[in-house]
Order: sequence, then C-alpha cells, then structure tokens
Amino acid sequence: MKRIVPIGPYHPLQEEPEFFKLIVEGEKVVDLEINIGYNHRGHEFISQTLTWDQVPFLVERICGICSDSHPYAYVLAVEDIAHITAPPRAQYIRTIIGELERIHSHYLWLGLAGHFIGYNTVWMWVWRYREPLLDLFELIMGNRNHYAINKIGGARRDILPEDYPKIREYLDLLEKKNAMFTNAILDDPVIRGRLENVGVLTKEDAIAYAVTGPTARGSGYACDVRKDDPYDAYDKVDWDEIVFEEGDVLAKAKVRLIECNESIKIVRQCLKNMPEGPIETRVDEIPSGEGIGRHEAPRGEVFHYVRSDGSNMPVRHKVRAPSYMNIASNVIAVKGYSIADAALVLAAVDPCYCCTDRTFVYENGKKKYSGQDLLKLSWEKTEKIKRRYKK
Amino acid sequence: MKKEYSKKILDEISTKFPDVSIKIHAPRRIYIKISREKLFDFAKFLHNEKGFRFSIATGIDTRDGIEIIYHFSHDEAGTYYNIKTLIPKDDLKIKSLATFLPATNWIEREIHELLGVDFVGHPNLIPLLTAETWPADLCPLRRDYADEHKDIKISKKPWEAS
Repeated sequence: MKRIVPIGPYHPLQEEPEFFKLIVEGEKVVDLEINIGYNHRGHEFISQTLTWDQVPFLVERICGICSDSHPYAYVLAVEDIAHITAPPRAQYIRTIIGELERIHSHYLWLGLAGHFIGYNTVWMWVWRYREPLLDLFELIMGNRNHYAINKIGGARRDILPEDYPKIREYLDLLEKKNAMFTNAILDDPVIRGRLENVGVLTKEDAIAYAVTGPTARGSGYACDVRKDDPYDAYDKVDWDEIVFEEGDVLAKAKVRLIECNESIKIVRQCLKNMPEGPIETRVDEIPSGEGIGRHEAPRGEVFHYVRSDGSNMPVRHKVRAPSYMNIASNVIAVKGYSIADAALVLAAVDPCYCCTDRTFVYENGKKKYSGQDLLKLSWEKTEKIKRRYKK
Repeated sequence: MKKEYSKKILDEISTKFPDVSIKIHAPRRIYIKISREKLFDFAKFLHNEKGFRFSIATGIDTRDGIEIIYHFSHDEAGTYYNIKTLIPKDDLKIKSLATFLPATNWIEREIHELLGVDFVGHPNLIPLLTAETWPADLCPLRRDYADEHKDIKISKKPWEAS
C-alpha cells in the first residue's frame, strides 16, 4: 500500500522552503515529487530594471553561501558581450576569492552532513575550522558573506600584500586539518556504513538530468568549468579535477573533501604568482549583443545569459543556479532507499540555503538595537579582527 | 586543438542541417538559429549523438515573438552551443524536449507559466514557480504584463485551494 510522507515546505530539517513528497511502501521510497517556488523572488525580472553596475549587488543576494558565484558569472557574461578582459591582478584576486569560497561552502556542507547522520562531532570540528576563514573574508573585504569583489572589467577591492601571510597561515592550518578530516571520515566504519551505496546516481542518469558540480563528478561525469572552459587565472595554475565513479553519498563527500585540497593548492599558487598592476579597466559602455558567463560554484556550474540592446540595462538576464538541476535529480537518487536515507540523499546535492536573515535583538519587550547600531557593532568587530591579526 | 574540434562539429552541423545560420561570437560561444519545426531533431542530434550536456533554456519576449534559446554545453571542448528559435505570438507552440531529455522538464514548465509557451508532448506541464491559484493565462515575464495587470487580484488564497 502506498502512503505519503511529506517533508516541507517548512520543516526543521531544511532551512529553505521546498516541498518533497515521498511516496512510500512500508519503509521504502518508491517515488518522489518535488515542488519548488516558495521563495521565488523574481531576480531575473528585477535585474532588467537595474543598471549594469547595480546588478552584481542584486545577484550576490541570490544565495548567501555562494555569494561570490553569481556576480562572478554575471561579470564574465557582460565582459563576454563587450569583449573586455580584466587586468591580470584582478583575475588573480577573483580566482582567490572564488576558491576560498569553495572551501567555506564545502565545509558548511560537511558539517551539515555530519549533523544529518547524527555525528555531531564532525559538525562541530568542521565548523570550528570554517570560522577563521569567515574572519579572513571580513579582514579582506569587510564582510563575512556578500564580499562584493566582482565588478565589470575588474575587481572592486585589492588584496593587500600585508594580508598574504595571514591567508598563507590559514591555508597551512587548513591543509593539516583537511587531511585529518579526510582520514577520520573515510576510515570511520560507521560513516562508511551510513554513506556507502546510499543514494546512487548512475552516470547515465547524471547526464540525462544534466547535473553539475560535485554531484556529477561523484557519479563519474567529469565536468568542471574551471578545466573545460578556463577563465581568469584557472589556466595559469596547476591543479587536478576530482572525479569518483561510485555515485553514492560517500563519493560526493570524497569529491568535496579532496577538492578543498585542490583549492588550497590554487590559492597558494595565485598568491605566489600574483602580478602587480591595476585591478580594473575602464568600461565606457556595453554594446548591444549577448554574452554567457559560467563559473564553477561550490555546487556546480553557475550559468548567466545576458542580452544587451546598447542601453544601460540588460534586456534579459537568465540565471541558472546549479541546484536547479541537482535537486531535480533527487527523483532518481532517492528511489528504492528507506525513509531514513531520504533526508541524507536529499541533502547530498548540497541544496543552496540562504542564511541572510536580518537580526533583531529584543530585551524586555523592547527593541535593543536599531539597524544602525547593528552596523556599528559589525564595524567594531571588523576592527577587532584586524587588531587581532596585527599582533 | 580544441578550436579545430569545434570546427569539425560545425561542419557536421551545416551538412546535416543546411538551413541553420551559425554565428561565432567568441571561440567558445556559438549561436545557431534554427526553425522551430527542426529544433526537436536538432536537439536530439546534439544530445544523443554528440553527447552535449543540456544546460538551460532562456525564454525572451521580443517584438517578433517569443524567442527560446536552448543552451547546450560541449564539455570536452568547453564550448557553448546556443540554439535559438523563434515562436510567433499567434501560435505559441513548440515540441517538448522533455520526452527524451528529462533535464528540460522543469525549465519548460517555467517558460510555460512565465511566457505562456505551450510545450507539446510535455509529460506534466503544471506550474513550477507560481502558486496553484495563479491564473493560467497571466504570464508575468511578458512585456505587456506589467501595464495590463498592475492590480491583479487572485480570487482564492493559496491555502484555500481545493
């Protein structure tokens, strides 16, 4: 007899509203229906009402975790329309931030995965080493998320030479800890038993559902924009594409863990070879035409299509986030597994969570801080971090 | 080496489908125009025979009609093939690709509700993003939508749906 187990739209397990309707026979999941659109904000439409330089700030807010990916793909698309090339230093800066973001996003997923399988030690340890990276972001760009580093024809901020040692220091720490996590997670028989052969997505299904990123690379389908269609500094550094054949949750975890090592390698080389010079080119006008920008975000390929008619706004701006393809593949991946595995399989594609809620502090029924006060607190904290690193 | 590879594929395309027009914007950004009758076979050729990965489709409301661009990625060469087709506004119909390519399922539903294009043969053409109670004939991404439906009222609240 078929029964329905609903997960969502609002469920303690997920932080974003999405509806998964599991159709089960006993313990076994036989079918899945996905309903999205609870959080549709109409970015594509809003983008058509903003000027070229305003759009990066809008698309940055599509996602709070990979907030560098969308503006990155957008500026690449606009640079494609106008045939602009960013100066070498700006290219290296954008690459560094893109890779550091990959590390923090993969660590976020790893922590959550540990939490989902009831292994909270993994969660706490992983997030303990993710936190210094967010401090590093705040040091370089003044914000933990929403870095606002991308600009049409360059980068908005420079990475100062006195910040290099701090980044290197963190990378040294992370390299050791990442090796520790990789060994600890892969050697643990309980984790292996929980993740192995669960939620298998075969290579044929991966191609049919056109999944991208670690979800595809964990299923043996090698597609990485950084290797296939290199942009900015990615063809000037030496690194490997990580592909595993199994297609289960463990393979996806392995891809992400080992990819962090590759990111460390890329950032190190970029810091070593960072060229001198300007960080932006002058962009006078965007001619009419169309352009495509692709960036390998932590979750997969971010795709932006922009069409211009020569005015100061895009005529059409299409955004494709990787989760749009990856979540749809859950229909196949979850079939045949038990309800207890379903939560893990649904989370294995690293669905994009938005964690950018505004804060209110209430004390005795009265609002304690205004927006301005919170801003002040945040500035003070940035100063504190800068002082701490100066010592 | 990679560039020659794309040239080989482009030659193959122009011999198999002689009435397409090919525009090379950049070495790895290729735009191909094709009539909507031939699109289905062309997409099948690209995906099944050439092994291109479907990326996404973009629907655009233009003066001449609704333009749909199917973006295919050739991962081995890192090239994007963008297949453009124009659908006249008095006959908004096109053959669905979802029958052989499940990845197009969601985006065709999205274009259907936002721009009003009917995908013939789609297995389940229900709204993807809009609420169940959203009127089916209102297409929010159409150019004429903002002027005509400024104060649209939805008769039923979503939670009152049957």
